[in-house]
Amino acid sequence: MAVTELGWTGVPLAMFAGAIRVSTPFLFVSLGECLTEKSGRVNLGLEGTLVFGAMSAYAIAYLTGSPWLGVLVAGIAGSCFGAIHGFISKLPKVNDVALGIALMMFGTGSAFFLGKSFIQPQAPHLPSIDFGFWTSIPQLKVALQINPLFFVGLAIAIAMSWMFRTTRIGLIVRMTGDSSATALAMGYSVDRVRLLATTVGGFLAGVGGSFLSLYYPGAWNEGLSSGQGLMAVALVIFARWSPMMCFWAALLFGAAGAIGPALQSIGISQGYHFFNAAPYILTLVIMIVSISPKRSLRGAPGELSITR
Amino acid sequence: MSDLPISRRRLLQTASAAGVLGASSLGLINPARAAGLTIGLIYVGPRDDYGWNQAHAVAAKALKLVPGVKVVEEENVPETVAVTKTMESMIELDGAGLIFATSFGYYSPYMVDAAKKYPKVQFRHAAPLWSSKDPTNAGSYFGYLDQAHYIDGVAAGLSTKSNKLGFVAAKPISSVLSNINSFLLGARKVNPKATVQVIFTGDWSLPVREAEATNALIDAGADVITCHVDSPKVVIQTAESRGAKTCGHNASQAPLAPKGFITGAEYKWETIYKNYADTLAKGGTLPNMMAGGYDLDFVQNTPYGAGATPEAIKAADAAKAEIKAKKAYYVGELKDNKGNVVIPAGTSYAPYAPWIDSINFLVEGVQGSTT
Amino acid sequence: MTVINPMSSEAGTTLSPVRVFFDQVRTASEYVIIPLLALAVTCILFSGLLLILGQSPVDFFELLWRGGFGTPFSWQNTLTRSSPLILTALCVAIPAQLGLVIIGGEGALVLGGFMAAITALPFLGWAPPAVVLSVMAIAGVTTGAVWIGVVGALRYYRGINETISSLLMFYIAIAIMNFFVEGAFKDLANPNKPSTKSIGDANMIGKIPGMDVHWGFVVGIAVAVILWVLMNRTTFGFAARITGGNIRAAKAQGLPVGLLMISACAIAGGCAGLAGFFEVAAIQGKANASLAAGYGFTGILVAFLARQNALAAVPFAILLGGIAAAGGLIQRRMGLPDATVNVLTGLMFVVLLVSETLYGRIPLFKPRES
Repeated sequence: MAVTELGWTGVPLAMFAGAIRVSTPFLFVSLGECLTEKSGRVNLGLEGTLVFGAMSAYAIAYLTGSPWLGVLVAGIAGSCFGAIHGFISKLPKVNDVALGIALMMFGTGSAFFLGKSFIQPQAPHLPSIDFGFWTSIPQLKVALQINPLFFVGLAIAIAMSWMFRTTRIGLIVRMTGDSSATALAMGYSVDRVRLLATTVGGFLAGVGGSFLSLYYPGAWNEGLSSGQGLMAVALVIFARWSPMMCFWAALLFGAAGAIGPALQSIGISQGYHFFNAAPYILTLVIMIVSISPKRSLRGAPGELSITR
Repeated sequence: MSDLPISRRRLLQTASAAGVLGASSLGLINPARAAGLTIGLIYVGPRDDYGWNQAHAVAAKALKLVPGVKVVEEENVPETVAVTKTMESMIELDGAGLIFATSFGYYSPYMVDAAKKYPKVQFRHAAPLWSSKDPTNAGSYFGYLDQAHYIDGVAAGLSTKSNKLGFVAAKPISSVLSNINSFLLGARKVNPKATVQVIFTGDWSLPVREAEATNALIDAGADVITCHVDSPKVVIQTAESRGAKTCGHNASQAPLAPKGFITGAEYKWETIYKNYADTLAKGGTLPNMMAGGYDLDFVQNTPYGAGATPEAIKAADAAKAEIKAKKAYYVGELKDNKGNVVIPAGTSYAPYAPWIDSINFLVEGVQGSTT
Repeated sequence: MTVINPMSSEAGTTLSPVRVFFDQVRTASEYVIIPLLALAVTCILFSGLLLILGQSPVDFFELLWRGGFGTPFSWQNTLTRSSPLILTALCVAIPAQLGLVIIGGEGALVLGGFMAAITALPFLGWAPPAVVLSVMAIAGVTTGAVWIGVVGALRYYRGINETISSLLMFYIAIAIMNFFVEGAFKDLANPNKPSTKSIGDANMIGKIPGMDVHWGFVVGIAVAVILWVLMNRTTFGFAARITGGNIRAAKAQGLPVGLLMISACAIAGGCAGLAGFFEVAAIQGKANASLAAGYGFTGILVAFLARQNALAAVPFAILLGGIAAAGGLIQRRMGLPDATVNVLTGLMFVVLLVSETLYGRIPLFKPRES
């Protein structure tokens, strides 16, 4: 294996590679949350959904030998969690933020409980598509081996923004999120729209979890997520409820996460804690610089409890 | 008569439960007598993490085979007041007479304080921290894994083509730093051009960052990867998929890397726990300090995998013989990677020298910083 | 439009004081009976789960009781575990009255504890313990107050959502603490667990006499009472709750919304910082990575269970402390994984939230119409 040393130029390349490798779970969870929040509900529980999705995908892939079946089951498990959230929050006086925290605890707890015996076995991984056939630089070649779920996520982001902009369904979801009174007046069941949006959102978060356990890093254990689902939910606010912005935010977050290891690999390791915290520092700085009180809530659904 | 055995069993259960409770409240449990002894094992993470905790849990099964001994286990106990309360709960509610605390951070102040509070209970801790100033009912047991990492280094030094070795490490603490240093010194023994690039992830279990670190090391030209994190599965798997060779850590990762696995540094906790079990079965007293490396069979190397070249195997086997004979490999003159002399010429530190326990630098040839 | 105040009309009628008292008890009992009902339902659901797994629910709940509350030892275990939770729950509950959802209290706890530990360093060896501890407490509380106060300021001046910024700042707080604990403030006496220098046994906060519980528990309850009074019996609290109800109306009435937000966040952060101070001064004696033990996140759970009421945070903190205390016993005796109690807590939280929908719906608890 002839590896040419890239030195400093390796850092941007690593960030590019990291963006593609790490972003997919963030993308799926934030798209799921974006849909949910657009309908006027907040589901903070997607961290639990992500973890449960990761566990169930790994277990099913191991037991059946089919990773794609694992992805599907993760999605179905996720939509069950979403449906529970959607169903309970429609009861009067139930706080959707609190319920999300409860389901996060329940989801991670059940995943850890059921997942004990799947930590050690090796499940088959999802395949990747080789887009690096044209280059002879090994680092780039590897960076361009991309999992199909990344493109599925991109396609969903594009489809979702198109849906919100031009389709009838998108309009109904947005209307439910902006003013339940209007939606009610137009004859739509606010609860049903929100239930469906939360269920689909849960499905996406579950699929995001399957990427973690079945592709990258490609193993199941209790430290697998370490808060990625919670962060992805927060990224929706950062992305101002735009699906395409969710895509870019996820890429940015993935790229920033690669800074720490990449700098250490070329010998810059003093203060590595701050490099490793780069995604969080960068997100905060971008928010401070780019958001002003007047514009911050542009795109925010009017019914959302956390933005009122 | 048919119902008698049941009622008798129930009677015995009640009696023994009462006995344990009564004995514990009076502090009458004699740890030297195995019969009726309850042993409490405490883990910092999940028992089946495929790493540090699992290695302990598997090896500690030896204790369960001692007749009359009951083992109770608790996992995911953080290094806070929670471990104090877990130890006390094991003593007060389960009547434990011997506690094994298996994580570094359990020792001070938690275990030391508990040992003072419960002088009749025996405590053992998995790190070489006990000293004669500490309570005599406390103690330490440990395997010097740096010796096995040294063997890894020897094998890796002859298996690399780029002369760049990669090390994914959790935190820059002494036990990790000494493993990194030993790995480099092993590699340099057989390949003076070898260097080790280290990446710290910042915590013991961060799978995504461990995978990223592995990729970054390989992108920077490393072609042999090893690690010191709680669960090395992700690192080994990622390196194998990138076509790099690997050395394991903690337990055998050979099945994860059928193409590139060289060898790995493994604890052999079962030697220690079996030794304890035998002592208990005979009614003997547990020693306060039980630490060792290759010579006492407390550490070992995973059988060579497909990634090890014949000359690497030969050199590594030769190095093993030297280690077993306690030959020093921290030999002066040795500089750290900032250029300071850490061992002057003519001085050397043999395995088990206390000096090795408090290493806080990286030797020359390792790229990385301890802060 | 004439508004008839039901309270005054009731007072004007000839209802006997005894009857009024029983009426009040009856309506108030709603807040006790519904949660108890929810706990019972949780137990039934969880028992079903255990039966599916082939475990005995009777054993489980017996151990839960014994490990958490059944013996004097268990009580002390429970109370010790609950002390930081009271304070971290207040870190969530106070801003929540203004409609702010702060989930990064753990960051304030970690930095508060760290600052408390390093501020003590110049005083060690010559200053009396009372001085050292006061300085540490001030440092811890101030650091926490500034840390979450910044979150409030970012929300008010820059419009940055407080949930996301407090979460981001939690990760940054951990990086700051680790950087200094592994670097400038590393005490070489702990080569394998990077920590600041220990404040020494003489400077440690002792236990409550006759108990194995440190003073943080008492202080936590005192702070909860003070903050309950502040939020429910003062103009500040009244203004804060108006802001939480409708921020536009609050602004229209000329309330200092920005000041209210920032001070509520600062109070919250101060509570978390105080929890960090107790971790250092009563338990560890030094700052290290163990400060981030998840108390801040469990505190979120406690605050929501307590419906953001400062006083109710105390019993719920004790409940969760008890479950945590019993978790170990359940693991040991039944061989169930540690996540079992997380499943139970999650389930209990979900059922309690569902039960919220019952408030005001059960005729028995409704005030009698005159």
